[in-house]
Amino acid sequence: MELLQHLGTGFEIAFTWHNILYCLVGCLLGTLIGVLPGIGPVATIAMLLPATFVLHPVSALIMLAGIYYGAQYGGSTTAILVNLPGEVSSVVTCLDGYQMARRGMAGKALGISALGSFFAGTVATILIAGFAPPLAELALKFGPSDYFSLMVLGLIAAVVLAHGSLLKAIAMIILGLLCGLIGTDVNSGVARYSFNLPELIDGINIGTVAMGVFGFSEIIRNLEQGEAREVFTKSIKGLLPNWSDIKQSAPAVVRGTILGSALGILPGGGPILGAFSAYTLEKKLSKDPSRFGKGAIEGVAAPESANNAAAQTSFIPLLTLGIPCTPTMALMIGAMIIHGIQPGPQIMTSRPDLFWGMIASMWIGNLLLVVLNLPLIGIWVKLLTVKYDYLFPAILIFCCVGVYSINNAPFDVLLAALFGFIGYVFIKFSMEPAPLLLGFVLGPMMEENLRRALLLSRGDPSVFFTRPISLTLLIIAALLLVIVMAPSIAKKREEVFVEG
Amino acid sequence: MKRREFLVIGGAAAAAFALPARAAYPDKPVRYIIAFPPGGESDIGARLQQGVFDKLYHQQLVIESKPGAGGGLAWSQLNNYPGDGSVIMGTNLPHLVLQPLEGNVQYKTDDIANVHFYHYTPDAIVVRNESPFRSYQDLLAAAKAKPGKLNFAGSGTNTANHASHERFNHAARVKSTYVPFKGTGDLIASLLGGHVDAAMSYSTLALAQKGKCRVLAVATGKRLPLFPETPTFQEVGLDWVDGAYRGIAVPRSTPQDLRRRISSMFSEINRDADFRRQMEAGGFELVDIGYDKMDAFMAERKKAYTGVAKLMGLTA
Repeated sequence: MELLQHLGTGFEIAFTWHNILYCLVGCLLGTLIGVLPGIGPVATIAMLLPATFVLHPVSALIMLAGIYYGAQYGGSTTAILVNLPGEVSSVVTCLDGYQMARRGMAGKALGISALGSFFAGTVATILIAGFAPPLAELALKFGPSDYFSLMVLGLIAAVVLAHGSLLKAIAMIILGLLCGLIGTDVNSGVARYSFNLPELIDGINIGTVAMGVFGFSEIIRNLEQGEAREVFTKSIKGLLPNWSDIKQSAPAVVRGTILGSALGILPGGGPILGAFSAYTLEKKLSKDPSRFGKGAIEGVAAPESANNAAAQTSFIPLLTLGIPCTPTMALMIGAMIIHGIQPGPQIMTSRPDLFWGMIASMWIGNLLLVVLNLPLIGIWVKLLTVKYDYLFPAILIFCCVGVYSINNAPFDVLLAALFGFIGYVFIKFSMEPAPLLLGFVLGPMMEENLRRALLLSRGDPSVFFTRPISLTLLIIAALLLVIVMAPSIAKKREEVFVEG
Repeated sequence: MKRREFLVIGGAAAAAFALPARAAYPDKPVRYIIAFPPGGESDIGARLQQGVFDKLYHQQLVIESKPGAGGGLAWSQLNNYPGDGSVIMGTNLPHLVLQPLEGNVQYKTDDIANVHFYHYTPDAIVVRNESPFRSYQDLLAAAKAKPGKLNFAGSGTNTANHASHERFNHAARVKSTYVPFKGTGDLIASLLGGHVDAAMSYSTLALAQKGKCRVLAVATGKRLPLFPETPTFQEVGLDWVDGAYRGIAVPRSTPQDLRRRISSMFSEINRDADFRRQMEAGGFELVDIGYDKMDAFMAERKKAYTGVAKLMGLTA
């Protein structure tokens, strides 16, 4: 077995004491920045990059990768405990994770998200080891028209995310689309909605929007409640999920892993889309969708598995094709070049030690993260008992540092504050910000690919129906639309959208 | 004489003769602002310079990334920094010429005081391995046989790649379509997947995708050692040696002698053997355009880019 031989080589490299140490350092740092809202892996890796120059390239990349997937683990902790996404990809975890915490099941939520993430990480590692090259080839089959259809499907699925009225959900998606349009249009070079502000020419960063509408506004809302805020930390019991919890969430973990892995491989996909889609899928499949948004364990298990799976599989296009799917992956490419490694298709053959060593270290890293996270659950839960008078200002400062560190731009901090205010208004009108964020991500990609597909077809729209991948995706989208809109199943729709 | 005494006496002498304090430049860490996100070519080049800078001048070169507006955000703020050598900034051509013509940015080409250009990434036409075009001549024949049919991927609109594409269409007397992507990383998937016919990019792309891609022609003066089989554009009959230049600029208030000093420092970094090896392995072509050659170089570049800008529909 060639694969076993390769994995053997990988583990030989990854199991040296110094590589385990760097893996541990990366995972610890990743967890820390994951827990701290706003401070993301891109800024951290960029800051640490010069410090890795003295290391062996394999050790350096093992550590940097650990920061990235460690952040996915850590991001859920803040989401569950304080209803603030530690990372953008844990935005959906807030929906049910925080509710679980409110019902005294914080430990359970943290436990299931760690275990789900570990399962997803293991599966994704196996996928990378066994099937990275063919999977990457498959992802290349996706052309601009196929991407457009995928985004259409995503947007239609986005309405399912909504809790309250359908109209409000659609309004939020459209607002998200419009915000996504800010910045230079890639096709014409024209700056749109930039009001002659140079800071807006490249558009708004998703981190800025997410910190604003989820972070800042949540803090304002909490402060408003003042002394009357409910205290739910006393009732914490049963930190680890029991057998029935595991049985309930296992299918969600598996589905989340599959969906996350698939979206991670596609350039442009990644952990954010993975988490959103997994949550949507679980809600659609659930016998009792009304539980979602009120502390359904599947609503934590699925997105957490998905974002971790996607975080790992997004290494596939990087390691096999040299294609960066996310800003973090672009930075990893830079790190490789600085360490004298030319990333790209030849890396598997030219540097097998690096390729297989990194893969083996990812699995070790996932194991370390579970070991780190499970015993630490008690410590994280204790966070809840910290007085909000101290907790909130600290979080707010971390959010500001994080937003600033994305582009080193003070303007972004002001923008996040503006989005915080807007987010607070949304809470007052009981409008869910999650669909806005999805519209913000999908909108620009949809427009870009629509125009690119039409440019390539010289204006002929039939490309969307003649390419099999695109056609399939559009048919699924149409079916979904029928299910959402059909009057005969309107009653079911009510159940889906109106909760509480 | 002990080192400390020597320094004290040296300092006293400097004060006595009122020598400019900057004779000791760099006497504190230098901020090096890069106008693009970390991980890109500008960042990589800067980080490779960083190590040599520390080694040669025993001062830290602190890299700060300030991305935005395709570099224009940082460049429009350059002249607000003090002109004491404490802040230098990475600059890029043809961006510095094309952006002001496009009109979205708040600086003029002549506002930027470039002191040194240290490398360029040569323009190159790249196709995937499965492409029917084995050579530049194949591509040219196809472009002439079916005018308007071929698609070239490139990074952005009104950018270096876009300009190169218009220049190619004009010089080779063909008509092909330019398909803009958000960045070079974005277009690789479409190139390898065969959704576009070729990419108008840099030789660095072909190096990164070695084994999956072929370079049909490069815009260098002589063939690249990394791609000995690939002809230059001059060999195939086009007068074209160009690419994306990267250099260093200082705030306009910086005095002339300090500009010269910084220029010669970066020339010296360029001569470092390790630095040369790393840069060449990464596909960067080193050049050494110092401050004394800057005016002539910029005048020549401006003329060339303004000509291409007319083809793109941009006017001064």
